[in-house]
Amino acid sequence: MNLQSLKETWFGNVRGDVLAGIVVALALIPEAIAFSIIAGVDPMVGLYASFCIAVVIAFVGGRPGMISGATGAMALLMVTLVADHGLEYLFAATILTGIIQILFGVFKLANVMKFVPRSVMVGFVNALAIMIFTSQLQHFVGETWVMYGLVALTLAIIYLFPRITKAVPSTLVAIIAVTALAIFGGIGVRTVGDLGSLTQQLPVFLIPEIPLNFETLMIIFPYSLSLAIVGLLESLLTANIVDDMTDTESNKNRESRGQGIANVVTGFFGGMAGCAMIGQSVINVKSGGNGRLSSLVAGVFLMFLIIVLGGVVVQIPMAALVGVMIMVSIGTFDWSSVKNLHKIPKTDAAVMVVTVVTVVVTHDLSKGVLAGVVLSAIFFAAKISKVKVNEIVALEGSKKIYKVHGQIFFASVNDLVEKFNFNDSVKEVEIDLTNAHLWDDSAIGALDKIEMKFEQNHIKVEYTGLNEESKHLKKRIGGMSKASGH
Amino acid sequence: MFKKILLATDGSAHSIRSADHAIKLAENFGGTVDAVYVVDGKKSKEDVLHSVDKYEVKRERNEKIKAVKEMLEQSSVEFNTHILHGEPGPTIVEFANKNDYDCVVIGSRGLNDLQTMILGSVSHKVAKRVECPVLIVK
Repeated sequence: MNLQSLKETWFGNVRGDVLAGIVVALALIPEAIAFSIIAGVDPMVGLYASFCIAVVIAFVGGRPGMISGATGAMALLMVTLVADHGLEYLFAATILTGIIQILFGVFKLANVMKFVPRSVMVGFVNALAIMIFTSQLQHFVGETWVMYGLVALTLAIIYLFPRITKAVPSTLVAIIAVTALAIFGGIGVRTVGDLGSLTQQLPVFLIPEIPLNFETLMIIFPYSLSLAIVGLLESLLTANIVDDMTDTESNKNRESRGQGIANVVTGFFGGMAGCAMIGQSVINVKSGGNGRLSSLVAGVFLMFLIIVLGGVVVQIPMAALVGVMIMVSIGTFDWSSVKNLHKIPKTDAAVMVVTVVTVVVTHDLSKGVLAGVVLSAIFFAAKISKVKVNEIVALEGSKKIYKVHGQIFFASVNDLVEKFNFNDSVKEVEIDLTNAHLWDDSAIGALDKIEMKFEQNHIKVEYTGLNEESKHLKKRIGGMSKASGH
Repeated sequence: MFKKILLATDGSAHSIRSADHAIKLAENFGGTVDAVYVVDGKKSKEDVLHSVDKYEVKRERNEKIKAVKEMLEQSSVEFNTHILHGEPGPTIVEFANKNDYDCVVIGSRGLNDLQTMILGSVSHKVAKRVECPVLIVK
């Protein structure tokens, strides 16, 4: 990258980036704390993660103007790891997640993400929204109406305050108002401090205290792989959204690598794995941020606020954070997918629903994505494996021409073979493959089988109209199978 | 007088009526019409999520303003279409003021009543802050 464009991506929009960065930092704090609580770790782990990731991504990311930090999707994946093995394993898993993502970037695997169909992505965000919502329900257990009231108040401020001004994030206003009410009103509700401690200091470099052996690797690897995939999926989706909002392009492989580097650094500085955040990135762009500086300012200002205000942060009532998380889940959910569910193809709807259900049942976003991808691959194969064969009688009934339309591959060959009448009273058949394509050795095998079956009835077979590629394949495999066959 | 007309559209039935008025205005004064469609953050997210790639996003947005575009094509008026990004109100205001339009034509209600209730109406904001005359079509 030359100096000119480097300068442009950093200092092309200083005023907009600084202001937007500050707004984002303010909006990031409640979320980083709430995601930490979802993951079952101290609020500092999420705050350090958001600080480290936002700062590192500013330098190494591929999508200027995108905001990354601790996210709900990632937090939900690490719950059992933290519960079963503890915090040190989470740091190790975070570092390994980063390494996997760097490899994704280096080997340019970002393009693989295009194999994740949109109905799976819709299912992914819907499942994420449901999971964030249900993760908040535990906070209501055994609570009083005071807590319910504070949650309702938080939500009311979040949704109504933008009518007055949009300069300050309404989530922050809600948090401040509800916290002030709880402190000065002397309302004894549970606070962030009851769930974890908060240290007012910068993160320090540390190497996770874990035994460096194969057993450790086997514990963290499945988590890291899930985290890496989910992180990249959400990051690349977010990058596409920011691309669209700003009408610019971004480097997806560089972003994958950048996410990886950010997670490695985060793991060593006591943070949890994170990824790009759709909501925060939208806030950033809306507030006028579109350069690398915005992410840097967001991270640095976040840390500054924590160091200055740490003592107040622990007094934030859980009710306020629950309110913010409910807002996040409502904002994450793709409502248009429910509204249009009856309009989209049934197979797309099925893929979306299966993705959501799998996540809700397994509590694992990556399993949902996998189930969705596999199901849509099956649907795709089923759809594309429909072959059509038209019969034409020629030469006064002594010859038949079959015109084959469609893709000939392992999933369609059975269907294809059944379309021919092998006990015909004709002398010869011509099989016209002009509108067909041969894909694999199953296809060649099927052609051989058809030819053989006709020949058993003393009917001569001629294949015509093979396209170049199919001809090549037939020559390569077909010759062999015939020679070995009979 | 009204030589350069800006038509704000969102693909709704209301904006089709606005297009009708914009065309008549342009025909009367021998003016040109620039139709703008503004995509906000929420719409951006939805469109990207539901599309295979950015080409499909573009195609679907063109599909959205197709009705308005066809009306313009059938008229004798010279026209252009623009797809802009940002909050609808401020984006239309900025675009209108920057490009010195003589008149902005906009529908009084968009797609969603609830949004209007929470966010205030776009046409109201535009009328307040655009420097040229604004025609709000009811």
